Amino acid sequence: MRLIATTVIALRALRRNKLRSALTALGIIIGVAAVIAMVGIGNGAKSQVEAQVASLGRNVVTVFPGSFSSGGARGGWGSASTLTVEDTEAIAREVAGVVSISPEVRDRNQVLANGLNWNTQIIGESPDFLSIRAWDIDSGTMFSDADVRSAAKVCVLGSTVAKQLFPDVDPAGQILRVRNIPFVIRGVLKSKGFNFFGQDQDDTVVVPYTTHMRRINRRTTVSSIMIEASAPEAMQRIQDDISALLLQRHAVREADFTVRNQLELAQTATATTRVMTSLLGAIAGVSLLVGGIGIMNIMLVSVTERTREIGIRLAIGAHDRDIRVQFLIEAMVLSSLGGIIGVLLGIGISQSLSVLNGWPVLVSTNAILLAVGFSAIVGVLFGFYPAHKAAQLDPIEALRFE
Amino acid sequence: MSQPVVQLRDIRKTYRNGDLEVHAVRGISLDIQPGEFVAIMGASGSGKSTLMNTLGCLDRPTSGSYHLDGVDVSGLDREARADLRNQKLGFVFQGFNLLARTSALENVELPMLYAPQRPARAAMKSRALAALAIVGLADRSDHLPSQLSGGQQQRVAIARALVNQPRLLLADEPTGNLDSRTSIEVMGVFQSLNEQGITLVMVTHELDVASYCKRILVVRDGLVVRDEPVANRLIASEQLAKLRSAESAAKLTSVAP
Repeated sequence: MRLIATTVIALRALRRNKLRSALTALGIIIGVAAVIAMVGIGNGAKSQVEAQVASLGRNVVTVFPGSFSSGGARGGWGSASTLTVEDTEAIAREVAGVVSISPEVRDRNQVLANGLNWNTQIIGESPDFLSIRAWDIDSGTMFSDADVRSAAKVCVLGSTVAKQLFPDVDPAGQILRVRNIPFVIRGVLKSKGFNFFGQDQDDTVVVPYTTHMRRINRRTTVSSIMIEASAPEAMQRIQDDISALLLQRHAVREADFTVRNQLELAQTATATTRVMTSLLGAIAGVSLLVGGIGIMNIMLVSVTERTREIGIRLAIGAHDRDIRVQFLIEAMVLSSLGGIIGVLLGIGISQSLSVLNGWPVLVSTNAILLAVGFSAIVGVLFGFYPAHKAAQLDPIEALRFE
Repeated sequence: MSQPVVQLRDIRKTYRNGDLEVHAVRGISLDIQPGEFVAIMGASGSGKSTLMNTLGCLDRPTSGSYHLDGVDVSGLDREARADLRNQKLGFVFQGFNLLARTSALENVELPMLYAPQRPARAAMKSRALAALAIVGLADRSDHLPSQLSGGQQQRVAIARALVNQPRLLLADEPTGNLDSRTSIEVMGVFQSLNEQGITLVMVTHELDVASYCKRILVVRDGLVVRDEPVANRLIASEQLAKLRSAESAAKLTSVAP
């Protein structure tokens, strides 16, 4: 097997020039490591944004009231009071693909409990709220549909409120006062953190919407309606169905409400990070290319420097092909070795970045495959010209070369 | 009489340098029999290097025929000539031409790596060690060229040339980079190889080096102008003995008050 012999020869040649081999591979090492680390950072940022979007809920369609106008002065979105509990019930009844639904009523109020007080947001919801927002109860229980029907004076607390009012007691079963009305605390929600807009989602008290509408702020309309769709594909149809239904129910030509879905928000948010990821990847790709050209450069210098060696090899019986394959193998070994070390280094950099800076870093298999594949191709591509040049040498002149 | 190792018939080589034609070799016919030890002499530009390159199958003649070991090789392509160099010819150069930073053993193994039928690893090593033993360097097999003297390097190069058991050993100014004493040592290695039946052809411009050979060819203007056996052949072992006694005599006189 001539190829094995040539591989042995190439490996011996690389071993003879350890420093030069290492420096040549360094270009590829840095290139590959950069690609992996950069793409890792980009992907990490993307996944963080996606996680924040997902924390708003899964497949959520929201209906807001339209704008209110009086004497020429126009209010903004949601200023009109056009959505009712009956609208909510109609949507639940008539629109297919609705998994859960909750009308929402919002208000800010001072709350008192355990001898402490706190100003927070009080929202009225149905028990479906948990499913729509992909939220869980940390301790205690959620209020029930029966509580909604009876407008029971019960509530669950966001974790921030629980911490503020009950620093060292379990709030479940305790009494919370809103406008001097006592509410029994049924449970505490899991911490959800800050949302996309920097608001603390845990700074909230959730009560049945009926209770909110009848006992706290005495209104007849809801602030918005949240609907969870069965699947992302169904969202557009559900949006259209809701629009048609509400137009009919409100008996208006022009919509006095808006239907939004959360995908739009997600798309805008991820588009930015996707651009950032591609940008980082492109910069790293350029460094990989530069590494490849570095290999070609060193290989070309090495052909000139080793002209005499090539002459000896040709004189004692090496074929042109042996010389060409030797130089190709040298280039490929350098680039793939550089690729492997680069992958390890890239993963290392990603990990230490995420540990030291607390950045979310996601090393993707695709980036690894891409970088290694590219470095192997670089080896063949940029090794070919020097190898060809070496193989074309005339043995007599190569031997005479000083 | 047995078949000649080398049979040249009217070999001509013309280089084209722009419009100018340079006739380096202008019709050389030559037979070299097995067991011969030939010195090719001549001034620079005489055509001796071209003749040597032709003999070594590094270059193709413009016209004429060359039979090496009974096979016509004048029309072979680059690849076939490479195999020929590997199997039937051994080369020793003026500048040793060992691979730097490569042990003597690996240097000697090199021709076997390019052989059409590569021997097994163990066989390669034992053959390389045997070749090194022939030139008296078996104990230096793991030394690098930079750790060896000029004479030792040249002996490694001779071992490399011998390792594929060639029909013909070609040496191009093998003593050109060596001092006179080391030159005699190297010529001694050649002479003992020749006694074992190896055919040698060597280019040199030093008459006293050529005196260790058996036959001298003088080349001038691309033609062999003289072809005669060596009259007063020098024997390397005798010359070394003479040198030693002269040295010890010199030492004695310098030590004496």
